[in-house]
Amino acid sequence: MIRIGIDVGGTNTDAVLMNGTQVLAGVKAATSSDVMTGVVEALRKVLEAADMGADKVDVVMIGTTHFTNAVVQRRDLAQTAAVRLCLPATASLPPMVDWPEDLREVIGNHWWLAHGGNEFDGRVISKLDADELRGIAAEIRARGIRSVAITSVFSPVSTEFEREAGQILAEALPEAHITLSSDIGRIGLLERENAAIMNACLRDLSREVVQAFRGALRDVGFTGRFYLTQNDGTLMDADFAERFPVLTFASGPTNSMRGAAFLSGVKDAIVVDIGGTTSDVGSLQKGFPRQATVAVEVGGVRTNFRMPDVFSIGLGGGSLVVDGPDGVTVGPRSVGYKIVTEALIFGGQTLTTSDVVVAEGDADLGDKAKVAHLTPDLIRRARNRIAFMLEDCVERARISADPLPVIVVGGGTILVEGPIAGLELIKPDHFAVANAVGAAIAQVSGEVDRVYALADMTREAALNDAKAQATAAAVAAGAREDTIEIVDVEDVPLAYLPGNATRVRVKAVGELHVG
Amino acid sequence: MLDDGRYPLTEADLLPLSIGAALLGTGGGGNPYVGMLRSRELLRKGATVDVLPLDALPDDAWVGEVGGIGAPVVGVEKIEQGEECYRAMRAVEDVAGVKMSALICAEIGGANSMEPVITAAQAGLPVLDGDGMGRAFPEVQMTTFFIYGAKAAPAAIADDKGNTVVFRDVVDMYWLERFARDTSVAMGAAAGLAIAPMRADFVRRTAVPGTMTQALGIGRTILDARKRRLSVVDRIIATTGATLFFTGKVTDIRRELTGGFSRGEAQIAGMGDWQGCDGRIAIQNENLVLWVDGVPVIMVPDLIINLDLETGEPITTEVLRYGQRLAVIGLPVHDLMKTPEAMAVVGPQAFGYPDLDFTPLAFGPIGN
Repeated sequence: MIRIGIDVGGTNTDAVLMNGTQVLAGVKAATSSDVMTGVVEALRKVLEAADMGADKVDVVMIGTTHFTNAVVQRRDLAQTAAVRLCLPATASLPPMVDWPEDLREVIGNHWWLAHGGNEFDGRVISKLDADELRGIAAEIRARGIRSVAITSVFSPVSTEFEREAGQILAEALPEAHITLSSDIGRIGLLERENAAIMNACLRDLSREVVQAFRGALRDVGFTGRFYLTQNDGTLMDADFAERFPVLTFASGPTNSMRGAAFLSGVKDAIVVDIGGTTSDVGSLQKGFPRQATVAVEVGGVRTNFRMPDVFSIGLGGGSLVVDGPDGVTVGPRSVGYKIVTEALIFGGQTLTTSDVVVAEGDADLGDKAKVAHLTPDLIRRARNRIAFMLEDCVERARISADPLPVIVVGGGTILVEGPIAGLELIKPDHFAVANAVGAAIAQVSGEVDRVYALADMTREAALNDAKAQATAAAVAAGAREDTIEIVDVEDVPLAYLPGNATRVRVKAVGELHVG
Repeated sequence: MLDDGRYPLTEADLLPLSIGAALLGTGGGGNPYVGMLRSRELLRKGATVDVLPLDALPDDAWVGEVGGIGAPVVGVEKIEQGEECYRAMRAVEDVAGVKMSALICAEIGGANSMEPVITAAQAGLPVLDGDGMGRAFPEVQMTTFFIYGAKAAPAAIADDKGNTVVFRDVVDMYWLERFARDTSVAMGAAAGLAIAPMRADFVRRTAVPGTMTQALGIGRTILDARKRRLSVVDRIIATTGATLFFTGKVTDIRRELTGGFSRGEAQIAGMGDWQGCDGRIAIQNENLVLWVDGVPVIMVPDLIINLDLETGEPITTEVLRYGQRLAVIGLPVHDLMKTPEAMAVVGPQAFGYPDLDFTPLAFGPIGN
């Protein structure tokens, strides 16, 4: 199978072309402000470098920070109606209650509480009221809103109310996008609702972006299927991604960590991905990024996605180096993608980390003559500062005293001089485009998270049922059934509930079905 | 602060209060996040709540105790209608024929720290600076109030839908726990419970004093340490009298359900000063016992608190996971929880460890 992996980052758009497990070519292009110009350029370059026609490519996988950035920067977000099926429960906290005010204002702070919702055991809180929902639809229409998020209490246990309400609203608002929370999130009403609302407010943008990706691929002559990567490192096809843009959040760090594992062949390690502005640091366990266990915020909004436990420090190839009265500081400010015009080695006026490395002769980049005036003392102090920052973040990411290796990837890898924190250092081939490799090798997953009453069935039967559901979800998402593995099983008995209620989460992963 | 020592709870206090309460939950008690948001909504709409010292009320004033009852996992999904505890409290007033002058927490640890604040905001009452546990415990009867003779009835439980059930005659606190627990499940495992009014002089003698202020202080310490990029674990130890008993990485978690309670055990491989040592924590909703190399070093009712080694975030038993790096700290429980009467209800034997004799922790030095 010939595949292209693309990672659209804030600074660079990277692309790799792979044949099976072999990387044939890896390239970088500058991310353009319209995103697509950079994607087209990266595609052209990678096809050229591999000397291959676009018609030979089976599939393209894209990792993008587009949607995360839209939320973080509060731009291109649609006015959104949040409808919660719950009454009389949950009335004490309206939708978006804990959102940053500016984000809530940008999408209009439109919300309605309606009847519906389930108890933990599937009983009904109150019956759905079709007239009430049609009344809400009329108000949504009157406000000119075309994106709707529906969240019902305990919808991970029973999706029926969300589906019914979705149909009623779709009939009344045929032009609207409707997001159901049970399609996205897990138990935890506010967090799941937050994810559904963010998804809904990204739907206009996702249509545009997916169309633009499709156009970019067509421009280079590719007409096959393409996929976007999700936060757990697995794939969703373009149509699905258009409906669920929120699932791309945090896919970038996941891709680079998965790519680092693949390129190095090492499954347990600390990964440092050094970009232009920041370094992302996390740890790999069995080839997958370790998951965060606390609620993760995106753009100031609390979610309960399974996100990789990654933290960022302000150190990258474009980080500013400033020699001040208290010694040398590095970052967090960076010239970012403007490095190609603003760094000294490229004829600019700003001293960056890359200039320091080139001045010491450790990298062949730009024009070394332009940094010949830097004193050895400054260079040494700047490099010591960089080394200290790397060591500090690696120590933070270590989860045991075991001497795990450190894999460094990303375009800013030139900043690393030697072993960090005394640990084995791995710079795999194609390190600069590990994130694009991570996108290219991504698999397809299906997940289930629900509560079973073990009074009515055995634990084994419940787990089997959950596994079957997760497998079916993976197949529906495009996985080859014969390659599916159950990669995560977790059952947590729920305190204080009768009938031995147990919450079961299962995740199934398989290879992408092509053809 | 006014003459009687009261101080108003401001919006800015709610986050530190909830963080401190989560820590005092000793691994259980439920997440105070939802309650923090609910009280914030009320304060933003103009409600006010004062925190009142235990000795500020006349002897014959009546004090109400309210708290949520149900399952923590339900609490994060079926959020309260909002007036569950308030309606239960009013029902108790009606049946008892009294008017409350203030409210008090049953348990400062976890989600129930916020319920009296919410009800107080709705009823226009102050909250007392104290609680019935000084931590979190899994059952209704495990409060200093019941241990020292509070009446179990009349009590009332209310749900999101408008149902209020009054327990008029209940012979003891164990019966109340049983009836309230079963009723709360029928109500969807999320309900508000108010117990019999207590006289202010009784509360003054039996409440664990100062715990609202303590939770606030702990929360402020944590937020301040984060802001100044200091070690949260070090700062907590320096300011609360807690002692560090173990650092390590979770290597195994076993959980099972017996009688509605989540019991389990976490194995922790020692790190840092405890490199090569084996830690083990017994769990029943809260952390019950810490053994290091087979020797019990902290046991219930003293507080066993797991903090994330890097961030200092209190880790509840529900999110304990393989690979987490923990600092396990111990904080002595209040003396009211160490008497023979208290031991019978909340000692190691009461939690099913007949072989453990309670060995109390000493307070660590508090410096700055």
